[in-house]
Amino acid sequence: MELLVASAIGVLTTAGIYLVLRLRTFPVILGMSLLTYAVNIFLFASGRLTIGAPPILQDGVTTYTDPVPQALVLTAIVISFGMTAVVVMISLGAYLGSDDDHVDDQPEATGSEERS
Amino acid sequence: MSLFLVVALPFFGALLPGMMNSAGRSACAGVTFTVSLMAFVGLLTNLPAVMAGEVVTARVDWMPLLGLNFTLMLDGLGFFFALLILGIGLLIITYGRHYLSRNDNMGEFFTYLLLFQGAMVGIVLSDNVLLLLVFWELTSLSSFLLIGYWKHLPEGRQGARMALAVTGMGGLAMVGGMLILGQIVGSYDLSVILQNREAIQADPLYVPALVLILLGCFTKSAQFPFHFWLPHAMAAPTPVSAYLHSATMVKAGIFLMARMWPVLSGTPEWFVIVTSAGLVTMVLGAVIALFKHDLKALLAFSTVSHLGLITMLLGTGTAFGALAAVFHILNHATFKAALFMSAGIVDHEAHTRDIRRLGGLRRLMPITFAIASLAALSMAGIPLLNGFLSKEMMLEEAHHTVLFGSHWLVPVMATLGSLFSAAYCFRFIGHTFLGPVRDDYPHKPHDPGAGMWMPPAILVVLVVVIGVAPFLVQDFVFMVAKSVIGDAAELKTKYIKIWHGLVPALYMSIIAVVGGLVLVRTHAPLQKLWETTPRPEAKVIFEAIVEGAARMAQALIHPLHNGSFTRYAMIGVIAMIAAGYHAWATGTVAAPVRELQVAGPVPIAGWAMLVAATVGLVAMHRHRLLSLILIGIVGLMVSIGFVYLSAPDLAMTQFTVEVVTIILLLLALNFLPNRTPVESTVPRRIRDGVVAVAGGLATFGLAYHYMLREAVTTPISEFHLANSYKGGGGTNVVNVILVDFRGFDTYGEIIVLGIAALLIFALTETLLNGPVRRRLLNRVPDQPRSGDMHPMMMVVLTRVIMPVVLLVGFYIFMRGHNEPGGGFIAGLIVSIAVVMQYMASGFTWTSARLRYPYHGVIGAGVLVAGFTGIGSWFVAKPFLTSDFTYVRIPPFHKFELATAALFDLGVFLAVVGAVMLSLESFSRLARRADTPESEYPMDIDPSRDDPDTAKMKEGV
Repeated sequence: MELLVASAIGVLTTAGIYLVLRLRTFPVILGMSLLTYAVNIFLFASGRLTIGAPPILQDGVTTYTDPVPQALVLTAIVISFGMTAVVVMISLGAYLGSDDDHVDDQPEATGSEERS
Repeated sequence: MSLFLVVALPFFGALLPGMMNSAGRSACAGVTFTVSLMAFVGLLTNLPAVMAGEVVTARVDWMPLLGLNFTLMLDGLGFFFALLILGIGLLIITYGRHYLSRNDNMGEFFTYLLLFQGAMVGIVLSDNVLLLLVFWELTSLSSFLLIGYWKHLPEGRQGARMALAVTGMGGLAMVGGMLILGQIVGSYDLSVILQNREAIQADPLYVPALVLILLGCFTKSAQFPFHFWLPHAMAAPTPVSAYLHSATMVKAGIFLMARMWPVLSGTPEWFVIVTSAGLVTMVLGAVIALFKHDLKALLAFSTVSHLGLITMLLGTGTAFGALAAVFHILNHATFKAALFMSAGIVDHEAHTRDIRRLGGLRRLMPITFAIASLAALSMAGIPLLNGFLSKEMMLEEAHHTVLFGSHWLVPVMATLGSLFSAAYCFRFIGHTFLGPVRDDYPHKPHDPGAGMWMPPAILVVLVVVIGVAPFLVQDFVFMVAKSVIGDAAELKTKYIKIWHGLVPALYMSIIAVVGGLVLVRTHAPLQKLWETTPRPEAKVIFEAIVEGAARMAQALIHPLHNGSFTRYAMIGVIAMIAAGYHAWATGTVAAPVRELQVAGPVPIAGWAMLVAATVGLVAMHRHRLLSLILIGIVGLMVSIGFVYLSAPDLAMTQFTVEVVTIILLLLALNFLPNRTPVESTVPRRIRDGVVAVAGGLATFGLAYHYMLREAVTTPISEFHLANSYKGGGGTNVVNVILVDFRGFDTYGEIIVLGIAALLIFALTETLLNGPVRRRLLNRVPDQPRSGDMHPMMMVVLTRVIMPVVLLVGFYIFMRGHNEPGGGFIAGLIVSIAVVMQYMASGFTWTSARLRYPYHGVIGAGVLVAGFTGIGSWFVAKPFLTSDFTYVRIPPFHKFELATAALFDLGVFLAVVGAVMLSLESFSRLARRADTPESEYPMDIDPSRDDPDTAKMKEGV
């Protein structure tokens, strides 16, 4: 199980980094989303993995998973929505303003035409 | 009055002049004067205690763990300086009111002045060196504002920059010195440091600390070789110059040397560095001053010279030297402020400060002449004026000082300095006021109104009174001197006398005055000689250094920081991997203690789907719509993973967030091109791939390693599990942590979320009001549009389901404290319900039924959460302390009422508002001019594209 989760984190990170290094805004946003998943799972896994023991207190049950990383990740998920929305808005504004969705400033106005 | 008030009054008062600006210039100056006067009177109320030898203190612990406490102390030295700062400040405010013209923004000026005043008072009253450093930097900043007050003058801006660069640099050095001092003593409290003379001087770090602190003092007090900034700061309005360069800013360095005198002085290092720097500064400043034509430049260099004199006296390390220094600080402040103000009056009335265009003003401006002459004669060291007394003491001290093994060096240099000093004073009087009246002044001068000549006149009265009857201030000066000296030495002198008999100091004084008269007589040829002599120009050197530093910084930064975000991301990723590798390679790794858990076929299948979707996403990321579907699969798998790994709350949150994120991205994709073109070269893709794989392997390794090991320290989770029900009244520990244990964090987070939504709204507004608007309105969609704008089935279904979804939201919210759920998740569910209405029935229809604007919902959420937190103040508990009770209303079961639920309501509202405001902003962009939204749902758009002719258009 640990191997699965760790490798999932690794795969998500790999894909996230690769997409973040792309030249257009949309793949970069997707890459950031993937990195967000990776980070959230990573944080979550810092409480170690427990199956079938949710942190809902019940009489007679003594084993619970670690609730603190879950609380951290829960807010992180919601905040990441806010972050994604802002980044999307900024990239959209940039695209609508200049008709160009490159992440970096292009050296010349015609550069994007030739290269695409 | 409490010392806190004395320090805080100018700072709080600084808010007032700006507000009074529209009430007129007198109101503006009046309020400033009142604030200063209150602080001044507050200070005076402490005089009896200080004269009795007590040290008044005030203390608030600020960051005790860092040793940074807000502690103030008022002893003789602090009182003396605070008196100068506030007292002369009052005179400067009066003078400034009449000096500034109608074109100058008086509110701005007095705001800066009060900020500066507060920072200065803060320095002299601080009992904590870290606090002192804070105020020290504040004086640098506020003096920058003051010197550059006339923003339209390039000299003003340059002078302000230079002053900030030099004094700021010194301030940084001093931070280092003070930290070393604090480390040696083990406390940052000045009163403790001052008790540890032996420990500090015996420490091997004494010399570095001394050098660093002296760098701070020398730059601030314009000591050679840092003297050059002071004359350039003369571009400031004259009231600023008079304030900064007589009693305050430049005296800060002197103050600090006096403050640290008991612990730092008396060693050979101190003696050699401080005395020689002071001596060189004194002579150099005096010589240059003689050849300056600008009245203020002349005074500026004379200030440099006198600061050197005081520094030299402090450097000797004897009690008599300290006494003379204190006395000269007082005398210099009185005559120099008066001189600056007189120079300002001349400038104000004659419209020039150039000494070559002046002369003969004695008849035209008799009052100014009297004031300026008395002050200048005092500076020259003429008997019966206060400058004479302290200059005699200086010469007396110089006579006994042996530097570099020479008995002659210091006395000769001191006499030389005094000689030039007398010469420029005589030139100031002679070439400005004496001689024949001219008829070519730029403006016919006459004496100004009382508002302008009264402040310097008051100071000149002090000059004369102290000069004739020094016994009046004798007790005060001795008290201050004793607080400087502390226990470090013994003061043998008992009186300040005008006549000491025929001592060497008198002869040196006579030589200086006679020599000064001779120099003035022969000034014209000397000036020619001076102007033909080549000499280094400080400003050019300074600018060359700044230029060089800037070029170095550019050479370093530009290759790394060239504006390409992709490059930053790359550098960041590589740096993180390298740092992680370094930690792994150099640290120790414990042995794994946890067993691998067996994974069944279901988790493996889920993992396979996640990996396949991720790999597919990378492979097909150029097809943007497809990649959205794939990332949806990834999110779904992550949610299911949370369910499997005992995190139901996370799963629900992830799932709902996934829905709104995909809708958001779909809305964005509506405007963006549908495809990502192939741009990057193959080597580049390989390079990115290698970096990405390295990053992935690193995170994999890290995650795998720590999941097999126990935490290094015991996690705090046990506490939360044990107290969740007892203390928080809920069985869902995650929710209790969010709304109770870590409620403050959550409070911050909903505020951040709200700000993000408002930011999106603001950006949308900007887009819709800018040039983008036309393009948006005339946009031709690149996909064929559906003719059935609002499909009937969907409309019916969403409207029927709406109450059900709301009920689910309510249920999830209510049970959140005990079962999976809560404000975050309920908020997301309700948002999705509303979004469905937008999607099915259209923007106009839904907006028309909207009662409350989403901004208001966000605000209400934050307020509800905030007031819930504040509520606990009324029962004398800290912010956000929660309480709960169980009630039973028949026929229902017993249920819980908790303040945390109210807090959760705030969270709920903020989440709904934030999500809806973001999505609504995006969809507002999509509205077009040619297809007005219909009032009615379920309509057909007749203007739709014919699907046969409309080709799928690709993006750019």
